[in-house]
Amino acid sequence: MAQGKVALKLGNDISTDIIYPGRFMATVLPTETPEYAFADDGEFNQRLISKQVPPGSFIVAGDNFGCGSSREQAASCIKGYGLTVVARNFARIFLQNSINVGLQMIICPDIEAGEGDELEVREGKVWNLTSGNFYAIEALPQARQAIIDAGGLIPYARRLLQERAVG
Amino acid sequence: MGMTYIQKLLARACKRDEVLVGDILELPVHLAMSHENAALVINQFQEIFRDTGQEARVWDPDRIAIIFDHRVPAESSKTATNHKKTREFVAAQGIGKFHDIRGDVGGICHQILPENGYVRPGQVLLGTDSHTTTHGALGAFAFGIGATEMAAVWALGSILNVEVPGTIKVVVNGELPPAVYAKDLILHLVGLLSAEGANFRVIEFHGDTIRDLSTSGRLVLCDMSVEAGATAGVVPPDEETCRYLRDEAGVADELDLFAADPDAVYDRVVEIDASQLEPQIACPHTVDNVKPIAEVKGKKINQIVVGSCTNGRLDDLEVAAGILKGKRVTADMRMIVFPASWRIYRDALRLGYGSDLIEAGAVVCNPGCGPCLGIHQGALGDGETALATTNRNFKGRMGNPGAEVFLCSAAVAAASALTGVISDPREEN
Repeated sequence: MAQGKVALKLGNDISTDIIYPGRFMATVLPTETPEYAFADDGEFNQRLISKQVPPGSFIVAGDNFGCGSSREQAASCIKGYGLTVVARNFARIFLQNSINVGLQMIICPDIEAGEGDELEVREGKVWNLTSGNFYAIEALPQARQAIIDAGGLIPYARRLLQERAVG
Repeated sequence: MGMTYIQKLLARACKRDEVLVGDILELPVHLAMSHENAALVINQFQEIFRDTGQEARVWDPDRIAIIFDHRVPAESSKTATNHKKTREFVAAQGIGKFHDIRGDVGGICHQILPENGYVRPGQVLLGTDSHTTTHGALGAFAFGIGATEMAAVWALGSILNVEVPGTIKVVVNGELPPAVYAKDLILHLVGLLSAEGANFRVIEFHGDTIRDLSTSGRLVLCDMSVEAGATAGVVPPDEETCRYLRDEAGVADELDLFAADPDAVYDRVVEIDASQLEPQIACPHTVDNVKPIAEVKGKKINQIVVGSCTNGRLDDLEVAAGILKGKRVTADMRMIVFPASWRIYRDALRLGYGSDLIEAGAVVCNPGCGPCLGIHQGALGDGETALATTNRNFKGRMGNPGAEVFLCSAAVAAASALTGVISDPREEN
């Protein structure tokens, strides 16, 4: 499965205002939101825009990642770069938005990793290949996993709509 | 086994005798609210219907509310174009509960819904805004969702995969001391629980203090329940709920009133003695960094903000005007007031609060969300500090990551406007 480097290490309570500042909310389309990902962190935003962060890289964070606003741009802007977010836990709306738009996110309550560390996701664990440690992944409830397996909420809802129209 | 208020609400919504915490439900939706982000919901809604051969029609145009409040009047051509597309969609779909940029019917969504009688006890109410928790003040199960989730609701009429949440019971007894308000109570509670202390749970409010609190104050409590991570806040309906709905919101139809079971099982019970509370301040950059005012008194402030879905109601303007009447906002201070709705704005003008505030030096803006989240009016300069009655103080929240935001009640905000520093409204300034 996924393997890559930690591109950004963050602490607890990273709000959606950090991930996608409110002043860019008039931009809504998932094709356009990545430009403003972490816009107030000029350095990381520039690394993203100038393609110095390869797809498959990780953002590692502490507790309550994505707290605050329901703005879906916060999930779609990260997805646009093909990054995976590994956090100790996530705020509710951000978690659901990530599932719905297909942002790769991993709940890993004990994760320890620094920027530049090489991570690999396999066998229900996050392996920190740099430190040699591994950390268990908390599985999502089955009902949420089904949306991920469908490729996000749009294809999932489309299928339901068609089934119900027939039924 | 007894059920919490929200368990009972969900059981009724699904026509079941009982639901258990952790059950996964598909819930029928009574009201689905969006604001400017309807532009994204529309896009995702049309995506769901793509290649299905079905016409993209919303499930029930009478159950959808769209309120323009985040960037009003439009601050950019991009926003204006989003507004235009949304108006066209509203007309094409026949969406009735549409509140455009107007002085007669406009305002912030979390005030427009209650004051127009759209919110009822027992409803499942969803909004593409995290402060949708506000509407729990009238006994609804109300929570924020993302735009794609809302698109699926518009298509299907239900929300999929809702996990029945556990509940934290908060019991508040005692009389709030002078100059201490619902805002101080909720800031205290968020500090107590932490920013993630209620994640994936509901906060259910009980006690004498809540019973005696106006709907306006209850809206403040539920609005900011999300700042402790709560899925929803809720005040089980009582006499005050009925009074508000009948007298202020014009609701005439029968209300579905019910209560939590006495033997309901709670994840946690928190008791608060309101009589011991002091004015509270949430310090940068998290809402749970809450301190009694004595610890931050004297802090230099550049901009006072009174308004938002949290504290932009008539009683907030009354408190602020009462403190500022006949006085002047200090010379090196900017004070911005943005009422929660145009109805409130008109009432404030009629009652003289508007002129009291303006003559004191405050700038009274149109109702909207702009200053609260730094997207329209009232942005802060580098190194500046704001003291606001709004709901979030995250880094960058008021449009500048190099600025600081402190949160407080309308009384603390107004008292501080006179001095230029964080000031205790209980003291003569």
